[in-house]
Amino acid sequence: MPRDATPEPIPTNRGPTRAEAMALAARRRRRLQAWLPWIIILGTFLIWEAVVFAFQIPQFILPAPSDIAASMYKWWWPLLDNSWQTLMTTLIGFAFAIAFGLALGVAIGSSSLLYAGLYPLLIAFNSVPKVAVVPILVIWFGIGTVPAVITAFLISFFPIVVNVATGIATVEPELRDVLRALGAKPTDIIRKVGLPRAMPYFFASLKIAITVAFVGSIIAETVASNKGIGHLMILASSRFDVPLVFAGLIITGIMGVVMYAIAVKIEDRTTGWAMRGQEGQSVATSIGG
Amino acid sequence: MERPFVEIMDVAMRYGGVEGTLALKDCSLTVGKGEFVAVVGPSGCGKSTLMRLVTGLWPMTQGNVIVAGQEVDRPLSSAGMAFQAPTLLPWRTILANVMLPLEVVEPHRRRLRSERAMYDAKARRLLAMVGLKGFEEKFPYQLSGGMQQRASLCRALIHDPALLMLDEPFGALDIFTREDLWLELQTVCQTLKPTVILVTHDLREAVFLADRVLVMSSRPGRIIAERKVPFPRPRTMEDIYKPEFQALLHDLREHISDARRAGATLEASHAA
Repeated sequence: MPRDATPEPIPTNRGPTRAEAMALAARRRRRLQAWLPWIIILGTFLIWEAVVFAFQIPQFILPAPSDIAASMYKWWWPLLDNSWQTLMTTLIGFAFAIAFGLALGVAIGSSSLLYAGLYPLLIAFNSVPKVAVVPILVIWFGIGTVPAVITAFLISFFPIVVNVATGIATVEPELRDVLRALGAKPTDIIRKVGLPRAMPYFFASLKIAITVAFVGSIIAETVASNKGIGHLMILASSRFDVPLVFAGLIITGIMGVVMYAIAVKIEDRTTGWAMRGQEGQSVATSIGG
Repeated sequence: MERPFVEIMDVAMRYGGVEGTLALKDCSLTVGKGEFVAVVGPSGCGKSTLMRLVTGLWPMTQGNVIVAGQEVDRPLSSAGMAFQAPTLLPWRTILANVMLPLEVVEPHRRRLRSERAMYDAKARRLLAMVGLKGFEEKFPYQLSGGMQQRASLCRALIHDPALLMLDEPFGALDIFTREDLWLELQTVCQTLKPTVILVTHDLREAVFLADRVLVMSSRPGRIIAERKVPFPRPRTMEDIYKPEFQALLHDLREHISDARRAGATLEASHAA
């Protein structure tokens, strides 16, 4: 085995410069992180445009982004009007899902009896394709907004229930013991420990729930409605106006991303303790060390 | 003679039904008011089980536990507990964590709103006592393990519990932090004079802190030896190196070795 050369002497003035370089690199990285999604979206559209142009793909099969943009410009009012309708139905359904999901999640998470009793039913319910439920809702409530609201609710409450229940059910037994030994009532334990602990799970579930809520309301709109972005897309596709269908899809995606971003903002505000970032870590090491 | 504060009489505890593991059998001990008792024993001898039976967290299979003249048939209403893990609530500041019991235990629960300042000052005093002054508004994750454990001790003490149950509270800490905390716990106990039951597998810790050390046999656990610790208080770390201290340690050590050997033979005969 060859003998190693003497270790390279470490220059004493390297410390601060290295720290500066690392800080600079970190800043650059953060800036890149902020811009990356936009760059990727823009890149996707450019490639899409190029592919459509290069292979001469007819517009009724895959419209180019420029055609979609033109269609958006031409049909801006119906698009805005219908997406507003979809946004409202989704949000109403979502609000019901939050209220119901939280309540049921707390109940299931804090009682193993309820958990055992209700879980199979919930799973069965969640396995039913919601498209199949819409015709039944139409029979009950007629064509219109109500089936869309209910479908959005039905599809989005499940992740909330499961997450809240998990958060409450996984409270550390020692923590429970500390409170029980103090004579805390079960409601005290849920209020002081269970609920706050379930909050990160709850907000994580909101991010999933809001996106699937859009799926729910749009499914209902495509099957049975006379308004909404889903209805608009069905109309457009029956007229072979494929650029308009794509315009509807893209607007749906934008609404989903915006609502998701709002959910993330709320999550950061309320449960920062669960997501201690780099700053928190460095504080911990400087104190603990 | 005054009645002992805690009486444990012929307690048995079996987990998982009739065929389950017998964790405790014919376990009896008493703890006087204001006394500091340490329970030591080989691992898996049912020490932690004993703690949970005394506080009424789990129902026992057989026997009686009487605390302050009352039969324990439900969780005690104001025992302070600290465990090996600090179990602080991560979304609360250290101060708010320490004050948690006040939001649960009567009469503090009623008074907390109107006498917030008084309770607040009390919590800060207690934190200062264990060397956490200046960390009141920090969150648990910003503190080291040893500091979290100190906060957890404060939480166990804030409501002046008549009974303090410590389940290997220093088990996860390094030896230096541990010794620091022994001294701090001693100071706190001399000031507040609670009745303390400490479960540990560290013999030095038991002898240093306790008025009386009880040795448990291996599973099914029962008390097989008892030693009074005659050294005057406050004890210092120097006391540990005195021959009397070492002799007592050695004596206890023998008992535990015997218990472990007996346990091993028992297991072997079961396996055969």
